Amino acid sequence: MQEAITFAPLTAPSSIARILWLIPALPMFAAGIIAFLKQPHRKVSAALAIGSLFISLLLSLVAFAHVLAGWSHHSAVRETVNFTWFRFGSSTVDLGWVLDPLAAIMIVMVCFVGLLIFIYSTGYMAHDENFTRFFCFLSLFAGAMLGVVIANSILLLFMCWELVGLTSYLLIGFWYQKPSAAAAAKKAFLTTRVGDIFFLLGIVWLFAQTGTLLFYDSGAGSLEASALASLVTQHAAFGLTATGAIGLLIFAGAAGKSGQLPLHVWLPDAMEGPTPVSALIHAATMVAAGVYLVARVYPLISAGAPAVHASVPLGNNSTSTTAALIVVTWVGAITAVFAALIAVAQDDIKRILAYSTISQLGYMMAGLGLGGVAVGMFHLITHAFFKALLFLGAGSVIHGCHEEQDVRRMGGLRVDMPLTFATYAVGMLALCGFPFVFSGFWSKDGILEAAHQSGAIQGPFYLLAFGALLTAFYMTRQVSYVFFGHWRGHAHAHESPRVMTIPLAILAFFAVALGAIGTPAWPWFRAFLNGIPAKFALSGFSEPGLWLLILTSSVIVFLGLGFGWRLYGNKSPKPETPDVLEASVPWLWTPLRHRLYVDEFYGATFIAFYYWWARVADWLDRRLWGGIVGLVAWLFGLWAQLNRLLDTYWVDGAFDKTCEEISSGGGLLARVESGRVQGYLRYLAVGVVVLAAILLWSFRP
Amino acid sequence: MTAFPSPLAGYLLVAALLFAIGLAGALVRRNAILVLIGIELMLNAANLNLIAFWRYGPNPQLLTGLMFAIFSIAVAAAEAAVGLGLVISIYRHAHTTDLDHISRMKG
Amino acid sequence: MTIVFYLLAALTLAGALAAFLLRHLIHAALAVTVSFAGLALLFLSLDAQFAGFAQILIYIGAVAILVVFAILLTRADIPKEGVFSRSWLVGLIIAAGVFAVLGWAVLESIGGIPQQNLAPAISVHDIGSALVGRYVLPLEIVALLLTSATIGAVIVAMHEREGGK
Repeated sequence: MQEAITFAPLTAPSSIARILWLIPALPMFAAGIIAFLKQPHRKVSAALAIGSLFISLLLSLVAFAHVLAGWSHHSAVRETVNFTWFRFGSSTVDLGWVLDPLAAIMIVMVCFVGLLIFIYSTGYMAHDENFTRFFCFLSLFAGAMLGVVIANSILLLFMCWELVGLTSYLLIGFWYQKPSAAAAAKKAFLTTRVGDIFFLLGIVWLFAQTGTLLFYDSGAGSLEASALASLVTQHAAFGLTATGAIGLLIFAGAAGKSGQLPLHVWLPDAMEGPTPVSALIHAATMVAAGVYLVARVYPLISAGAPAVHASVPLGNNSTSTTAALIVVTWVGAITAVFAALIAVAQDDIKRILAYSTISQLGYMMAGLGLGGVAVGMFHLITHAFFKALLFLGAGSVIHGCHEEQDVRRMGGLRVDMPLTFATYAVGMLALCGFPFVFSGFWSKDGILEAAHQSGAIQGPFYLLAFGALLTAFYMTRQVSYVFFGHWRGHAHAHESPRVMTIPLAILAFFAVALGAIGTPAWPWFRAFLNGIPAKFALSGFSEPGLWLLILTSSVIVFLGLGFGWRLYGNKSPKPETPDVLEASVPWLWTPLRHRLYVDEFYGATFIAFYYWWARVADWLDRRLWGGIVGLVAWLFGLWAQLNRLLDTYWVDGAFDKTCEEISSGGGLLARVESGRVQGYLRYLAVGVVVLAAILLWSFRP
Repeated sequence: MTAFPSPLAGYLLVAALLFAIGLAGALVRRNAILVLIGIELMLNAANLNLIAFWRYGPNPQLLTGLMFAIFSIAVAAAEAAVGLGLVISIYRHAHTTDLDHISRMKG
Repeated sequence: MTIVFYLLAALTLAGALAAFLLRHLIHAALAVTVSFAGLALLFLSLDAQFAGFAQILIYIGAVAILVVFAILLTRADIPKEGVFSRSWLVGLIIAAGVFAVLGWAVLESIGGIPQQNLAPAISVHDIGSALVGRYVLPLEIVALLLTSATIGAVIVAMHEREGGK
């Protein structure tokens, strides 16, 4: 049991906290500079990207050391630097960043794994002609992801979130000439967009209710006690409190980004991008951003539970939870099993790993829901390392097999690619949760333990246990097909260059070593995140029920490994022959192979509806509005004709007629000027006669 | 012979008739010289009018009518000279004295 | 009214009519000369001897000669359309209208004019002294007029010969 020492809060920003903004800014600057370089400047662009991320890594290590120092001196470090972006009326839009244990761990992980993957990419993308563009996008992604991590303002988080989505789109569709890659990028963007809409609604609601965008603001932030207290008392629909509703909306956004059911459909297609991209974005970091987001707003989601989960030490039998957390847990658990089932029947090496990622993300979400921030985050950290390792290893395999990705055309690679095999095996065992040695065991065990202790809801525990069985099974299948048996491909396979294998080795080391910080004997990770002291005590192993749980999970793992080995080990069936399971249970195999028809379902419903709607809109536009416009135009034409007629016949006619009359009148009058003298004489005579007559008549007596 | 109301009336009517004939001739004949002759006749008719009024009017010792008629004769002579000179010069240009053909002042 | 008057009037009017009805110009000129003579006799019958002789001297002696010279110099042939203008009826009507108005005026108003039938006792001496006495200004002006008319006629008829052809 742990002592209940409350740590003193430390909120004044230190010098490292003040320059914390450099950590995301440096890679973004590098991306900006690389964007202006032309393609042949490969070394410069790679150097800029790797250099900037390396400096960010150093800075994040300094920040981590600072937080660590604070923790060891029993202070709960949470330093914020906030500033106002602009005002409107009496409200302000604030941005800012925060440095606390959660952020510190995350930035170190992102920088470190990112750096290794950057170095790996210089080898993997060496033959690609768009090398510079690749590093520009990678650098931009790194900057944006770091921005998400340190953001203290939910608006800044959302902006960096969108930027992360953008770079994901750019990188998935990196080989945009391939139609499948372009379609996959579009699918990723649109699917995560659906989640982002709900996220935005949550942001707006939160801002409207609490009046602030900042998470922590010396007591006035939206995740701090006073704001939560007021939110918890308000009630939204379906019996949820405002906190629960907002929390679920934000979780919807996280579900899109982290590939939870039903928004998982983009992740497998995202494997169209280059393998380093898959490793960085779709295994280690971006998909983890959703989990990180839920962890960040955990006080909001868990507000209203009688005992606050965030500070529950190991072994507490508290069963209280909120409705939002229950939803998170179930979604995570169902996702875990769903994806694991589909992974059993896939043949593309990267696709198996993609479904595995979805499954593990489900684990993380379930861990957050059941056991709190520390449980979920620990699995996130360990998963980042071994999943990146697995993806990079897969990239090495693909590279060595001359761009072959079908596992049925590989085999026997443990002889030809020993380094890759060794590191891949480490990653695979960590993923399966092989007992004691590997970090994955401890992190998954923590989740299972929290599931087992959650009291009222036991369903997730059974689901997660079944998922662990499946994980071991399909990974064994994959490793057997790829590394055991005999070679079934075309040309000869070769080992990858050192620039690719060294990062693999480093990641493998951490895949093992990280387990040490999460054992019950020394729960350093949990203590660090929760702000309680941690002591190394083997008595931690004497928790009641702990050994039963360890035994259970070990048995599950061995069962899965053994079953998989029995069916697939060392056999290398020809690619044309059906799979063992396919032959035996075809009714199960075929739906799993077709990914449980989720894409088809979406295509038949939403997409079909959308196409129908688009056709209706087109018909309306062309027939109805077009017709109306045409009618109006025709009427105007008619009017113009009428005007023309009026003008020609009435106006012009009248005018011309008048002119003609005047002219002819003039002609008539001109006849007086005949030029003949006698004519003039006549007129004179007439005039005189008339005048004389008048005169004489007037003078009559 | 019916008696006119008075001798004066007779002379006046003769003058009027002579004037009308002169006018008719000036208006009807084509030749320019005949137009001038007509004008001379009209002037003569006017002279006759003047003399008749001098003779039968009051105060003939003032010689008004007579003087006027003499001056009129002088002026008519001068005007005939100039007019015929003009006719000659027009004939030199147009080679005709037919007034129907001399209409350059038309319009 | 005496028979002399009627005869003289008939002579004058016949001459005038003949002047405008004859085809040849020379005949017309001679006829108008007869008319001038008749008028001179009418002046004599009105006891205006000076005017009558002046009429003979000037009109018959100068104007008629001028007309004949002009006819000889212009040598117009008889035009083929005839000697009368195209619209001779209009002219005739106008002239008839003029005569109608004048005649009507005379007959209407003759009753109001006081007339005396005594012949005035005028001598040439009286005319001469009136010319340089009462009418000296018109005399001078007429002299001027005659001078300028002479010069003008010469110029009008002369320039054409020098300049023009």
